[in-house]
Parts: sequence; structure tokens; C-alpha cells
Amino acid sequence: MTTGFPPLLWRRFPERYTLAGNKCETCGTSYFPARKVCPNCRRRGKLVDESMPRKGKIVSWTQCFVGPTGFEHETPYFVAIIELENKVRLLAQLVDSDEKKVKTGACVEKVFRKINDADKSGPIAYGYKFKIVG
Amino acid sequence: MRSVSIIGAGLTTFGEHWEKSFRELIAEAGIQAIQDAGVSGGQIEAIYGGAMASGRFIGQEHIGALIADQLGLNPIPSVRLEAACASGGVALRNAYLAVASGMYDIVAVGGVEKMTEVSTEDAGFALGGAGDQETELFMGATFPALYALLARAHMEEFGTTEEQMAAVAVKNHKNAVNNPFAQYRREITIEDVMKSGYVASPLKLLDCSPITDGAAAVIIASSDVAKKVCENPVEILASEQASDSLALSKRKSLTELDATKVAVKQAYERTGLKAKDIDFAEVHDCFTINEILATEDLGFFKKGEGGKAVEKGKTALGGEIPVNTSGGLKAKGHPVGATGVAQAIEAYWQLRGAADKRQVKDAEYGLTHNVGGSGATAVVNIYRRLEK
Amino acid sequence: MKAGIVGYGAEVPILRIKTEEIARAWKKDGVKIATGLGVKEKAVASFDEDSCTLAVGAARKAVLDFGLNAQKIGAVYVGSESHPYAVKPTASIVSDAIEAGPELMAADLEFACKAGTAGVQMNLGFVEARMIEYGLAIGTDTAQGRPNDALEFTAGSGAGAIIVGDKRNEIIATCEDTYSFTTDTPDFWRRPKEDFPMHAGRFTGEPAYFKHVLSASRGILEKTSYKTKDFDHVVFHQPNAKFPLKAGKILGFEREKFEAGLMCPTIGNTYSGATMVGLCAVLDVAKPGERILAVSYGSGAGSDAFIFKTTKNIEKKRGKIAVKEMIKEKQYIDYAEYIKHRKKLKSL
Repeated sequence: MTTGFPPLLWRRFPERYTLAGNKCETCGTSYFPARKVCPNCRRRGKLVDESMPRKGKIVSWTQCFVGPTGFEHETPYFVAIIELENKVRLLAQLVDSDEKKVKTGACVEKVFRKINDADKSGPIAYGYKFKIVG
Repeated sequence: MRSVSIIGAGLTTFGEHWEKSFRELIAEAGIQAIQDAGVSGGQIEAIYGGAMASGRFIGQEHIGALIADQLGLNPIPSVRLEAACASGGVALRNAYLAVASGMYDIVAVGGVEKMTEVSTEDAGFALGGAGDQETELFMGATFPALYALLARAHMEEFGTTEEQMAAVAVKNHKNAVNNPFAQYRREITIEDVMKSGYVASPLKLLDCSPITDGAAAVIIASSDVAKKVCENPVEILASEQASDSLALSKRKSLTELDATKVAVKQAYERTGLKAKDIDFAEVHDCFTINEILATEDLGFFKKGEGGKAVEKGKTALGGEIPVNTSGGLKAKGHPVGATGVAQAIEAYWQLRGAADKRQVKDAEYGLTHNVGGSGATAVVNIYRRLEK
Repeated sequence: MKAGIVGYGAEVPILRIKTEEIARAWKKDGVKIATGLGVKEKAVASFDEDSCTLAVGAARKAVLDFGLNAQKIGAVYVGSESHPYAVKPTASIVSDAIEAGPELMAADLEFACKAGTAGVQMNLGFVEARMIEYGLAIGTDTAQGRPNDALEFTAGSGAGAIIVGDKRNEIIATCEDTYSFTTDTPDFWRRPKEDFPMHAGRFTGEPAYFKHVLSASRGILEKTSYKTKDFDHVVFHQPNAKFPLKAGKILGFEREKFEAGLMCPTIGNTYSGATMVGLCAVLDVAKPGERILAVSYGSGAGSDAFIFKTTKNIEKKRGKIAVKEMIKEKQYIDYAEYIKHRKKLKSL
């Protein structure tokens, strides 16, 4: 089982469906996923909910030819570190992209996809992936 | 803080141990280490064991109790420490702290992993737990993928080439030929690596350390005790550890491992040594790129120069700073929980002049570097022969 | 009616397979089949797309491109014959993914290929009754074609979303009327736990598609006293390109009136998405004051007919990227990749 018992997935729906994160009002740093404490300000920090921008650019990327359990039939697939417009970085799969356009610096936009559907009798894990735009 | 030394070592061969289980491997290494130290089991006061994913690999937790039981050492306290691939290094460090503090005089340290009990995909999933499960492995990012992201960044920033990464694998395979404990005792060529096929581009199959079964154990003692019971103990001059974000995307830089830099800085400060004083190093080459990162972050070469250095033979046996004389994780094998302890054993043998054909001449100071995950944990130790 | 369309969006996967490529796998005459059906290629959902992800993509555009506040949506209905779960709604996933929840009505609908338009009718009723401010209806499918079945050449993937509201400054097309025609006609069905639907061959034509589409069209024309000449655009359910054009000819519509909304030749039959995506494509190009006839068809069987009249708002409010522009971004796959993406092998 790779998607897990429902609560493990369900708890992260806002994060994975809508890029819900937070921001420290004291230092102005945005966080995704949301943090319980701002590492910069710690006790002085004031964290408020914030949705991440849907666009960003590729910082580094790889094409996976071997997948872990649950991704065996999806290879090859692209994985990238993406820097969103608010400087927050996250890791995500790249989809729908012309292989020749997968480059550091390429602009990407969030899409809603199945992340893991390997457990045919379990819950489907939906969430964010990114596609190259422009 | 009291001075602490290694007084005995035990190592199983690394590889695919189809006929031995987890408990047999750690018992084999542990018994050897106790015999090598020349102490009796009754003198050992505590056990520190490292294992990364025994729950995923063999369905067994409570490894501390299992080790004490299998070694016949009940009822002394025994604990398992876990820091992904740095579990062994962290176990050794905590044992070191316990002896240095004066709590114990003689302690056993073990590291073990039995990885061949599951399919390759399940092993990939188990190892993936060393990263951020919820934002990396969940998205399909394997460990090769995470290090591939570091490799791409290094290539694009410094012009490091796939051939330079391949040179790490070629060197380490060559070293492993002379290590009877190594998993792959055969030489390979740059071309072999380049043709081995992408696992996660730009990393190819032969850029990756293998799936390995194996165990390693050392007996450590306060240096005062060590002098009495051991012919030629090896002193642990420093054992430092640092942490960084679990997820790779949250790092300050993708071309260095900050935890390595912090840990080694503290180790150099504690010992008053500089990178150029180190005579050999065992570094965490889980993927070839990580040896390049490590040789830069440990201060052996300038940032961005690690690829060229290995290509020019500066890290080969007989080079400026021999790295991974044991064959490293790449060719000696990488039973994740055992690796940190096995690195210490290579340093122990080198400094005792017991490394046979892979002996570094006149080695005075040795360094080991053990990384957990994609760099969220790093442990750096510095050793030298204990002066009587 | 005061209610009308205030937002729309379509989502079509990037993958395409050519009719000729499918024919090649079965050693059939691809050119002849493509010409006969009027379908040269179809859109294929990738392994990580399903009716839900397509629905979210379409719904997001309908909200974002029209500057609507998702929180004000009072009902979400998702029509599909390929809902990802047998039990557990797609509508709740869509609601959360577009941040419309939690205060709304939501349900999944199934009526073969007309489940999307059924949702539009429900929302029109709720908005007219002032029970909700906005209603979102989506028709979405990753159509399931049995290998080497006639439907394999056309069964495509896509989704269309329509948001209904009643604010005059937001309405881009007022709904003048709607009418439905329903009978028990078993032309196409899928029993529980079956991987692929069954169909009754030529029985799906005259007594099924044509009877219902024609009856619904004639019914709404009679009800409103409009004549064929009063319409500028016509969108019919499009299982292939032949059927809607033939039905139009019988009713006396000029072929050109189908042009804007005929998506089938390039994306295939998107089932619950078909009429909805076609309507989106018409709204992309319709000028103010134009009248649109939209008639869906769902096997089993029934048709929902709608008459929309565009307002002057449509000049300022359209989808950011026109449907026909969006589908130009595509990647062709061969039959082996198609089998992989659509998980047609037992081990996948």
C-alpha cells in the first residue's frame, strides 16, 4: 500500500490540491508546506495562512527511469525542483512537457493530477504537478 | 570530555547474503569486534546500534534489544539509532559521547542492514523514507532522483561532467579490488559507467551505490582503558554531527551539503586541524556526485573543483588525498545502517597500517563522512593512532 | 429565464492518437475509417489523468478566467460515465480543489453522455429559484473503448464546465429555454465491475441518437416558436462527426452553423464532455446577440436541449485560451503507449 490509510492523505488535501501554505508576517518569508514555527523568527514569528502562486520556474530537474513502489508503471517521468514566484521552492513531477523544453529556468504552471493510483482498492492520491508553459 | 578510542573491529563481507539474516549478520560482526578488542563480553557496558529501515526491510523493530540478545550480552542497555544512511555514524557518535562523558568505559557499536529481503521497488520505497516522505517520495522522487537534482545543479553551475562523476565510480571500483570485504571487487571503465543507462538523469546505474547486506561493529573505550587492553588503539579526535532540512528543495544551495560543511568545520575546530592535514578520507559516495560534493564541502578542494580533482587522480590511492580506499559505498557496498561504522573500521585499519594493498603510506589523520538522506544529517569524525 | 452562463472552461488532455494508428494495430483501413467517422484523431487521458482531474482543470478555468469567486458557488454537479470511484463523489474532490467548499450542494451525475448537461439544467433551476448564486456543472469523461471495438476509434477524453448565474453584468449568454426528451432505450450501457461499455451496434443510430436529438430539437423549437434560421450556432452531441451533421441536415440547419462547436474530428467523442466542450468552443467565438442551440444525447436514453443568447458581455469575457487554440498543443502517441496510458493491460 502506498497511498496509505485515508487520514494520512486527507490531512494534506488543502496542501496538495491548492498549494495552501503559510507566511511569517514578522520576516515576510513564505512557507510551503505550512510550518508550525518560522525557523528565522521562531518565537517572534507570526504565521498566517497563504496560498502559493501557481507559477514558477525550474531550478533543477531529472528524468526517472526507475520508480519506487507505486510508480513502477509511470517511468520515465520528470521530477523537478521548482521555485515559485514568491521564491518558495518545492519538488514536483513535470507533466505534459515536450522533452526538449525541460530545462533549468523554464516557466511552469501548476496542474491537478493523480499523484499515486497504484493501490486499486485504496484512495486515489490527487495533488499538484507542473507543466511547462510558453 | 575524556579521550575515546576504537579498540576492536568486526565486519562481515558486504554483498548479497542470501543465507544469512539480519540477526546473523550483526551477531557475526559483533562477535568478531569483541574478539578483536580482546575484551570479554562481560566488560561491555552498553550497545549502540544503527539500522535505517529494518521495519520496511524485514518487519523487525526493537533492534537494540535484538542485538544485545543475539550477542548474549543481556541485560546491558542496548539502543538502536536511526538517521537514515547515517544511522551507523550516529550510533558511533552517541556511543562516543557516552564514553567521553564518563558514563561508560567500554561500549559496543554496531551497524547493520539486510536489504535483499524485498524487491528493488520496495527497497527504493524504503530508502525513499530517508527524504521527506510527504513531499518527495510521495511525488515519486527516488533517492537517485534527489541526488540527480544535486548533480544537475552542480553540472550547470560548475561545468562538472558526467565523465567526472563516472571517474568516482571507476576509482572506487579500483580500490575495492584490494578490499576482501567489498561487494564489487572488479574494475570498471568510464565507458562502462557512461553506457550503464540512466536511473535518474544525469545519474546512471554505475553512478549509484548498490543494494547490500552487511554488518559492521567496533568496540570503543576511554583512551585510558584502551591503552591497557589494546596494542594499538585508534583515537576518535572528534565526532561532529549537523542537521539540515529534510526536503532537498528547502536547502540554501543545491551545490553543497550544508550539514557536511557545518559538521566538518566543528571537527576541524575541535582538533585544530585543517583539511590539508587529513591524509585519507572515507566519504559518503552513495552516488558519485556526493563524493564530488563531499570532497569540496570537507575542504579538500575548492567548490566546483571536485569533478576535476577526481578526474586528475587527486583522490586516488597515492594521490593528494586518497578518498574511499575501501571502495566506498559505490564498490564496497552500502548496507545503509552499517555504512557509518564500516567507514570507521576502514579508518581504524588504515591508521593501524592494516589496510594491506590499499594502505595509505604514513597516514596520520583519517576522516570519515557519513550522510543521512539527501544531506539532512551529516556526521564527520577525525581519527589518529592513539599515542601511548 | 433570467439565468445564464457566467463562466465556462474546457480541459482536453495533451495526448493524441490518430485513427489510422489505432487501425494499424488491427490491420484495418485507417483512412477509410477516419473519413467515415469524420474523426482523424482523439484526445487520450494520460495515466495520471482521470475524469476528476479533467473536471478540475475545466472548472478552474471557468472560475479564474471569468474572475468569479469560487466561494460563492452554491452547487457543484459532475456528470460522467467514468467517475474514478464507484462509490465516493467526484464532485467533492472538485469542490475542494477549486476552493469552492464547504458550503455547497454537490453530487455526481450519470446519464451516459448527457450527465453534464443534466447538471446545467439543475443549476439553472436552482439559480432561477434563487436557492444558489452560482452553480457549476461539469461534463467529463475518459471514455472507455474496448480494444478493436468500433468505439475505440472515437472514445476520447475531455471535460467542459459551465457556471450558471443571474447577474446581468456577468451573464455572457442568457438561457432562453431548456427542454428534455427521455425514453428507456438500451443502446449503450455498462454493468457494474465491467471494464468497458457494451453497445447495440446500428441500434445506437436511428432509434437512439437520432430519435432523441431530433425530438429534443423539435420540442424546444416548438416550445419557443423559433425557426432554424433564428440560430447562429448549433452544438449537438458528437459521437462522431457524421451523426450531428446528419441530424442538422434533417432539421434544416446549414452545415456552417456546426463549425464552431464541432470538436469531435480533432479530439474524438468526449462523452459527457462532448456537448459541453462544443458549447465552450462556440462561446469562444460567438458575437453578442447570437443564438445557440445545444442538444446533448445520453444513451439509455435522453437529450437535453438548450437555447442560449449571447449578451454584449461576451466581447469582454471569454476563456483566456480558446478551446480550439488549446487543443493545438498536443503530443502524438502510438498504440503501445496508448495501451499503457489507458491501462488496457491487466498488469497495469
